[in-house]
Amino acid sequence: MKLNLARNEVLVALVILAFCALAAASDPRFLSIPTLTDLLRNGIILGIFSVGAMLVLVSGGIDVSFTAIAAFAMYTTTTFLLEHAPGLPWPVIFAISMVLGALLGCINGVLIAVFRLPTLIVTLGTLSVFRGFLLTFVGSNMISALPPEMRNFSRLMMFRGTNADGSFFSLPWAFAALVIVVVLTWFILHRTMLGRSIFAVGGSVESARRIGIKVTRTQFFVYVYVGALAGLAGIIHASLSRLANPFDLVGLELSVIAAVVLGGARLTGGYGTLTGTLLGVALIVLVQNSLIVIGVPSTFQSITIGILILVGTGLPAWQAKRQAARSA
Amino acid sequence: MRPPISVSDKAEIPVSDTSPPLVEMTGVTKNYSGITALDRVDFTIRAGEAVCLAGENGSGKSTLIKILAGVEPRNAGTVAFNGTRHETLSPRISADAGVMVIFQDFSLFPNLTVAENIAFSSQLAHSGAFYRGGLSRDLAKKTLERVGVDIPLNARVEQLPVAHKQLVAICRALAMDARLIIMDEPTTALTEREVKSLLTIIRRLKSDGVAVLFVSHKLAEVLEVCEKVVVLRNGAKVAEGPATDFDSASLTRAMTGRDVAETPPDPLDPSAPALLEVTNLAKQGVFDDVSFTLRQGEVLGIAGLLGSGRTELAKALFGLIHPDKGEIRLKDRPVPLGDPLRAADAGIGYVPEDRLTEGLFLDQSIARNVAVGRLDTHDKGAMLDLKGLWAEANDWLKRLTVKHSDPEAPVRSLSGGNQQRVVLARWLATGPKVLILNGPSVGVDVGSKSDIHGIIRDLAREGLGVIVISDDLPELLATCHRLLVMKGGRITDEIAGRDTDETDLGHRLAS
Repeated sequence: MKLNLARNEVLVALVILAFCALAAASDPRFLSIPTLTDLLRNGIILGIFSVGAMLVLVSGGIDVSFTAIAAFAMYTTTTFLLEHAPGLPWPVIFAISMVLGALLGCINGVLIAVFRLPTLIVTLGTLSVFRGFLLTFVGSNMISALPPEMRNFSRLMMFRGTNADGSFFSLPWAFAALVIVVVLTWFILHRTMLGRSIFAVGGSVESARRIGIKVTRTQFFVYVYVGALAGLAGIIHASLSRLANPFDLVGLELSVIAAVVLGGARLTGGYGTLTGTLLGVALIVLVQNSLIVIGVPSTFQSITIGILILVGTGLPAWQAKRQAARSA
Repeated sequence: MRPPISVSDKAEIPVSDTSPPLVEMTGVTKNYSGITALDRVDFTIRAGEAVCLAGENGSGKSTLIKILAGVEPRNAGTVAFNGTRHETLSPRISADAGVMVIFQDFSLFPNLTVAENIAFSSQLAHSGAFYRGGLSRDLAKKTLERVGVDIPLNARVEQLPVAHKQLVAICRALAMDARLIIMDEPTTALTEREVKSLLTIIRRLKSDGVAVLFVSHKLAEVLEVCEKVVVLRNGAKVAEGPATDFDSASLTRAMTGRDVAETPPDPLDPSAPALLEVTNLAKQGVFDDVSFTLRQGEVLGIAGLLGSGRTELAKALFGLIHPDKGEIRLKDRPVPLGDPLRAADAGIGYVPEDRLTEGLFLDQSIARNVAVGRLDTHDKGAMLDLKGLWAEANDWLKRLTVKHSDPEAPVRSLSGGNQQRVVLARWLATGPKVLILNGPSVGVDVGSKSDIHGIIRDLAREGLGVIVISDDLPELLATCHRLLVMKGGRITDEIAGRDTDETDLGHRLAS
């Protein structure tokens, strides 16, 4: 099979392999089960966010408010439960957080789909509003005494064990949430008319209207779905870190968008794959957690990520341009 | 007496006159805030019929399409599909009756595959909530076979050439059981050869019982497949008749209401000195060994199909493409290659093919668009001599008879013909010695077109050297003293304008 370097997926996969080879060369312990489980665990939140952000990019928009939605949904759910119903089982807790996220997504949806305002401006605004509202009216104290069911959830492990050198490893069941989100999103995007309409709207809104796609409904769905995913990511984050911190999560949005863009989604809409997105997430997580292994100081993280974005999105664009110039 | 018809060969019967027409409009009138866009227009089209709806910009063509497509309500008159009258129309009702419009921009999804583009509307209407890729491909394959073309089903539409995009749009209409396909300006982006293959496909559709309505101001090309021509002018139907009754001249007369006789250019003064000399210009894989001389006051035409290298050559002359080798001399002084600023300094002007993206600042005012090339000659130290600048700009607008209400209005508000004049004015204001016009009348209506041709002839008479690049053969014949034919990046033929006609030139181009 011929490698197509103009595809981001291939490029990102090669960079990941190269990174792993380098890391393994400088520290053989890198290639071990604990490293893998750490990476998977660290990819859960970023992964769920990225799937949502990819969906928005495919539809031709951009969302930067999802981290604020996640923090809002997570913190509000936790404080509400502690006061009124601390004993609810975790699936119900998750559902509450997702519904809250979906409701906040509705606000984005109304402003973007119904009033047709620019997506970046709207979500920049709602990012601030959601966050400010949370800190002012809901609370700004960290809560470490979580409802018992959230703590129980964080202790549910898919597997655990001890390595030959004595290091402990485990993978929480929370990872299954990412898997479910990926499968569900894949199904929506590729097996439903709604998903195809999201691609169509991202390709050309005008054409979509002309052939009778319900553009407003499609866009509205996207923002509500992303809101619900954010609610899920938020509550999982709080459970796993055993802390509901209202200052958490916001600030992650740029890493998320970086992962998605690295994976080949275009800011102009219409393009994006789940494979690419997950590879992008894997690369960002690797850089954030394992740069130190290959001897690069961790302060270089953001420089490295920046360079990866420039190369990872610039190279395919440059190649496409050269190809276009040759065929013109 | 009519021969008896057996039921079994029903498919072969020519459309009988007793069946209700596919579309019948009577007395259709449309007012937009006091302006009558359509005035009591009657229009019918039958199954398997091709009709050409002609008219200049603003004649009411688009309004008629919009009413048929159910996008705009009418103010008066009746519309019937297959004999059933509809008091009000909606896009849904029109689509159910099989009326499909293919817009000029095709309204496709660049990011989706050919198969999905073709099948999308049909799946949207019939498939419910779930998407079935297999069904999509089957439908697309069947439709492409019906049309008789071969386009890879999995190719993304953004990678297709324009002609293929158009075919995908036609197939999408057919996949929705189109009975009447309305094509808005179907030939503007196509070369002669592509138009020919489009016509073959149209004939095929007609024999299949599909009716086609061409809406165009570039007509001669589609006339041969049409049964009927309907001409609109200022919202009213001014002519209707069998296509055989019309030729280019009578159509133009009907559309404009005046005789637009194109006079070939004055003969060239045989003693005119050479102005631009091009020797052995080459760019690998694009054009090769191009040499010619342009004399003062001469209009030189470069005819070539899309992909012949004609546009690239024009760009190279103006420095937008850097040739690998060769020489360009203007009045015996070499012009630096690959540097548009210095080419412009030397006295070469270039009016691009796509004025909308390459030639104009659409949202800026008319006057600013004319003046932008003259900023440096009007600077007084750090400031601009605005008065002088505007006076000059207005002078050019007057000389080129740009119809505008206010020089401060954005260029976007002008018609195609007037936009093209603004581009011309910009260049003429800089006082070039050689002007290269790439497709000078693309997207311009017939009346303005002949005006632009008149301007070109006038410019040459004043001593300018003009190069016209076009695949519109009548245009070349109406403006050029001499014609170069370009094929596969080389100049293959040179003919004096007077020694050729449209058929001969078309033959030389396509052979």
